[in-house]
Amino acid sequence: MPQSFSLKVNGAVRTVTVEADTPLLYILRNDLELNGAKFGCGLAQCGACTVVVNGAAVRSCVTAVSAVVNKNITTIEGLGTIAKPHALQKAFIEEQAAQCGYCINGMIMTAKALLDRNPKPTQAQIKQALAGNLCRCGTHNRIVRAIARATKEAAV
Amino acid sequence: MSDKHGFKLTRRQFMRGTGAVIVGFSLSRIWPPAFAQDPPRLPGSLNTNRALDGWIRINPNGTVTIFTGKVELGQGILTALAQIAADELDVALNRIEMISGDTARTPNEGVTSGSLSIENSGTALRFAAAEARAILLQSAATQLGVAADQLSVDDGTITGKDGTAKVTYWELTREDVLRREATAKVKPKPASQHKLIGKSIPRRDIPAKVTGGASYVQDMRLPGMVFGRVVRPPSYTAALVSFDEAAVRQMPGVIAVVHDGNFLGLAAEREEQAVKAREALRKSAVWKETSDLPPAGKQLYAHLKSMPSEDTVVSEKTAAVKETAAKTLAATYTRPYQAHATMGPSCALAQMQNDKLTVWTHSQGVFPLRRALAKALKMEENRITAVHAEGAGCYGHNGADDVALDAALIARAVSGRPVKLQWMRDDEFAWEPYGSAMLINLRAGLDVKGNVVDWTHELWSHTHSTRPGGKSGVNLLASWHQASPMKPAPPDNIAQPSGGSDRNAVPLYEFPNQRVVNHLVTPMPVRVSALRALGAYANVFALESFMDELAMAANADPVEFRLRHLKDPRARAVIEAAADKAGWQASPRGSGNRGRGIGFARYKNLASYVAVIADVVVDPKTGNLRVAKVVAAVDSGMIINPNGLTNQIEGGIIQSTSWTLKEQVKFDRKRVTTRSWADYPILTFPEVPEVEVVLIDRPDERSLGSGEGSQGPTVAAIANALYNATGKRVRDLPLTPERVKAALGLAGA
Repeated sequence: MPQSFSLKVNGAVRTVTVEADTPLLYILRNDLELNGAKFGCGLAQCGACTVVVNGAAVRSCVTAVSAVVNKNITTIEGLGTIAKPHALQKAFIEEQAAQCGYCINGMIMTAKALLDRNPKPTQAQIKQALAGNLCRCGTHNRIVRAIARATKEAAV
Repeated sequence: MSDKHGFKLTRRQFMRGTGAVIVGFSLSRIWPPAFAQDPPRLPGSLNTNRALDGWIRINPNGTVTIFTGKVELGQGILTALAQIAADELDVALNRIEMISGDTARTPNEGVTSGSLSIENSGTALRFAAAEARAILLQSAATQLGVAADQLSVDDGTITGKDGTAKVTYWELTREDVLRREATAKVKPKPASQHKLIGKSIPRRDIPAKVTGGASYVQDMRLPGMVFGRVVRPPSYTAALVSFDEAAVRQMPGVIAVVHDGNFLGLAAEREEQAVKAREALRKSAVWKETSDLPPAGKQLYAHLKSMPSEDTVVSEKTAAVKETAAKTLAATYTRPYQAHATMGPSCALAQMQNDKLTVWTHSQGVFPLRRALAKALKMEENRITAVHAEGAGCYGHNGADDVALDAALIARAVSGRPVKLQWMRDDEFAWEPYGSAMLINLRAGLDVKGNVVDWTHELWSHTHSTRPGGKSGVNLLASWHQASPMKPAPPDNIAQPSGGSDRNAVPLYEFPNQRVVNHLVTPMPVRVSALRALGAYANVFALESFMDELAMAANADPVEFRLRHLKDPRARAVIEAAADKAGWQASPRGSGNRGRGIGFARYKNLASYVAVIADVVVDPKTGNLRVAKVVAAVDSGMIINPNGLTNQIEGGIIQSTSWTLKEQVKFDRKRVTTRSWADYPILTFPEVPEVEVVLIDRPDERSLGSGEGSQGPTVAAIANALYNATGKRVRDLPLTPERVKAALGLAGA
């Protein structure tokens, strides 16, 4: 039976009525019309669907809505906008760190969780943090450079 | 009208401009007229799309709309084409709006493939924009009473020499001045006058992609939209025996179950409901399967060679006086089936209303797709509109076209509601057409001085293109599964000089005697089609590995050995530039676990020149091969966007490294068993090499296609570096730890 769930997404409370096992990804994309998190595999293998929940990078494709009630959910839309981008988003633009860009949501959100707990990671730490995020276009080095660049910005 | 991401997803906006809104613009003009003599050949795609206003529209509101048949695949083409148009027209880049790949609106430029978009569409736009500018200047001259050659243009404002007489492009558009056939008689600007071409203009699509903007077909939402999914057979030739339709129909949200022969699909109100219903439908379905796949592993290649083939001598060269070889070498190289493995499973949105179908698709060719859809759906082509919307990176013919038909089949069953259908991960892995497995035999003779005197390259491969839209057959997956199945087109090979399976099989080196034979294996038990670089990946792997083997046999340095057989100065220049950048030293042996190798090719023997030098580290205990650093030198003629070009080359190198070290599609005699990323590992961040790219800009030469240019040289450089490190050569891809261990004599250790 569908139930009502109140979710804290990007600082606002949003209520949806869905089955308890509905993956957060579909709620974000279809109910809240947030495009950032992407369906890549539905198996937590690729990272395209990553969002930050209470500070941790989480795969929204395998996270049931019932597991994130009362938690702070941040999506890439919550970081910044084209007019006012977050340091990570700005750095990705400056480094031109995308080809198709389908994986980039996961890269930025995984990096966000990393920088929140370790504001000055080494290059090896950045690569290790992204080891479970797949990119098929071969944009890896630009992504690492963009994250390193973002750490140099004042407010991350 | 637009939201904060500049991409409002209402039906109205998606349809905007598709109908009568565009005045004075028509693609329906038929060219050439029936009575005409053969028209003069025009540059690039202008030749087949001759209406000037089919490419460029100057708008009264101060913007310029550029129409291209080529589409954005993540390669940055729309940014590069905008640069070209803005530069020739003398308008600021932010005035340019790009419309691409739309059967109702844009030129038909076939498929976005073969690294041809700058060469075809870019060239067309350069000439079209140069001509448009001249026409507008002439028009201004008449209006201002000033000679055209006394006028200059700055951001669309035309000014006379004294600075007083002024008129803008936007004021001159009223008389439909661009409504005429292009002549290509106005010369585009010389390189010295370029202001945007040659600059690293940031990509237009990246800001939305990093802020959650609606960038992809996956992000489209239309009012009343439902979600579709398909249930594919478990194997290529499986036949559906039974399934529980009633149970699935009763599941929450399910509004349609579509069954047609071996095709099964459904639609639901919510996406997770569609996913659940798919799972239930899949579990309930009983199939009759046949064991008709080829053997895996080593036996695959013997099997490939044993199948019927069409045999062609691709190149033959015989010297007047034939020198006898002092030494003869022979070697066999193999490459397995490899997958595109896009990050985002294929997706399409389709709506069937009043017997008219609109489909939004990330197909590489909306016009060929429309033709195939018309056949599969038994509809008139003119009742179908196919509009490109971006998907995840494609790297060739993946599931993009197939899913468009899937969505259309479901759309027919939901009373006019739009259907968004995305494949699940296993649909993509198991059903996309792979890059063909290949077997290549090389034989060559060296004279006493260590020069190659004869060369034979013989290859076995399936076709590398089964794209939809050809004259015969229907190359769309679901059409083969319907109760009245369509026939796929017979396999065909892209002709030389580009070649398909034999792409880059003809050496660019100067050999006095050579023979290249292509065995096009006609049965296709495993689905195959175009994967980035087509046959060039394996052919360059073999050719350039063998050049190294010959250099060793001749006691020559691999760089010097290549240069001594190479006359083309641009080919020599990229090899020298890469060697210089990497600090190449003549003929040092590797250390046992560290080595360096080189690979070179001119893509298709007519596009970009790329030389790659790879440094590898081998773990002698595990056989693990790591590529630490790659240096590449590239000559693409006139560079449009250096950062964009570098991005393409870097990406190609990393992707090719992944193919080379890790990738092979798995199958048993019945089924493809590659179903998820766990079955098909690709290169991860800690394994990615450092990459450095040197660009050789030749602004006075025409631009050369580059997107696929680094795939072949990279695999060869890695294989040669492995040999350099260990003294052992591995000729079977991928270069897995097991293979490296076996080569080192540590198998079973």
